[in-house]
Amino acid sequence: MNYSEINPAWGDRSPVIVGFLCNWCSYRAADLAGTSRFGYPATLRDIRIMCTGRLDPTFVIKALREGADGVLVMGCHPGQCHYEEGNYKAMRRMGLLRRTLAQFGVHPDRVRLGWASAAQGVQFAEMVIDMTDDIVRLGPLQWNDTIEDLGVGAFATHEEAVHG
Amino acid sequence: MAENGKPKLALYWGSSCGGCEIAVLAIHEKILDVAAAFDIVFWPCVMDFKYSDVEAYEDGEIDVCLYNGAIRNDENLHIAQLLRRKSKVMVAFGSCAMEGCMPGLANFKDREQMLQFIYKDSPSTDNPEGVLPQLHVEMPEGDLELPEFWNTVHALDQVVPVEYYLPGCPPEAHWIEIAVGAILSGELPPPGSVIGMSVTVCDECPRTRSEKKITRFYRPQEIIPDPDICLLDQGLFCAGIATRAGCGALCPSVNMGCRGCYGPNEGVVDGGAKLIGALASVLDAKTPEEIDAILDTLPDPAGYFYRFSLAHSLLTRTRLEMEGKAPVASPYAEVPRLDPSLKN
Repeated sequence: MNYSEINPAWGDRSPVIVGFLCNWCSYRAADLAGTSRFGYPATLRDIRIMCTGRLDPTFVIKALREGADGVLVMGCHPGQCHYEEGNYKAMRRMGLLRRTLAQFGVHPDRVRLGWASAAQGVQFAEMVIDMTDDIVRLGPLQWNDTIEDLGVGAFATHEEAVHG
Repeated sequence: MAENGKPKLALYWGSSCGGCEIAVLAIHEKILDVAAAFDIVFWPCVMDFKYSDVEAYEDGEIDVCLYNGAIRNDENLHIAQLLRRKSKVMVAFGSCAMEGCMPGLANFKDREQMLQFIYKDSPSTDNPEGVLPQLHVEMPEGDLELPEFWNTVHALDQVVPVEYYLPGCPPEAHWIEIAVGAILSGELPPPGSVIGMSVTVCDECPRTRSEKKITRFYRPQEIIPDPDICLLDQGLFCAGIATRAGCGALCPSVNMGCRGCYGPNEGVVDGGAKLIGALASVLDAKTPEEIDAILDTLPDPAGYFYRFSLAHSLLTRTRLEMEGKAPVASPYAEVPRLDPSLKN
């Protein structure tokens, strides 16, 4: 897929979305989407976590910092968490995280939360398609460009800094 | 060592408020011990040294350098690199040097926005000709130069290697005593250590805590808090839940929520992210609408969570749009709300 036809900012690269999927529902939905041959864009890099309640906001921020264009967190539907409360915690944390990231200039559409039960392979695939559309429209995040604007010749090695 | 056998000590301020210099004097009469034990070879705040004096020292001649202040212009960087070269042990002294602190909040803006506000738009500025600081100015007496002001404020260890960190805004006197004592006795922790505790402010806080269920946040001017109950239980933002202990819970002891000046606890990569995780999980809400309603009572979350640690956080600063060579900070004014369909 050549994403630069839709948004030239992509050049020859594709969007990278890091997905944090809960073990009990959404990861199984992803499995189901695969075994059922539901097509969705190859933009998602999925990571299985035991529960969305285990999702430390650090994970999301680190993904964005290290090159992800978006982060998709998916868990069990509210009321159906394997650990009862985990997805509610995730909902609250993502609400606060999205507000915080907006102040950093990260568009809220780049960080999304969704639900899919183990039987909802189609819904999972649709979520990835939908999010990819958003990210393609927004363009690359490329946080490294922001960070590399040091305005200084930062030191390359310890040796160099100590001995000039 | 100097000829008199005393270790050589340097103190410097980068981009800082001067509070750390005062904190050094807050160790009271022990400052005389410091003066007796060390040969002070550079301390611009209180003694008359020139940069050329430092340049004249041998590399590694200074035994300990206590550097306070952030790095935000060419002069800060030049002196940080110079002192690093001349010093055996470099200590990031205080929150600015350790993680950016208040100067680091400039990373929510870019250089142009900063200069525009400081020199033109701020209510107390009288600058009808719109004069901005220039790098070079030619005067009849000769050329004048000013150091270049950067887009991004940095902590000390982002520009030079640092051996020890002394957190706090400013560091508390007893920790300065401990650090000075360790240096004098030679019983130093492994390089890279933070000289402080590895628990959070809650462990030192005398207030009574119960299971938290926050239904709304209050700003300090909105309520008079109960002096014995956890401030967070009462809806007042308190960063103590994710802040390194060591201050003795000074702020919560006087009815003010912890601001977070001792920085993230041991092993934490991004203090702000930990605050988000800890704080959001105790909101008393189960639907997107309820969550948004509570979060609406917490204005400026990034300012609360990264008040001291922005420059040293994972994201470091607001995003810069890199198109065209002129980077511009691009915050989104709109408050993001949760998707109502999450309710299910």
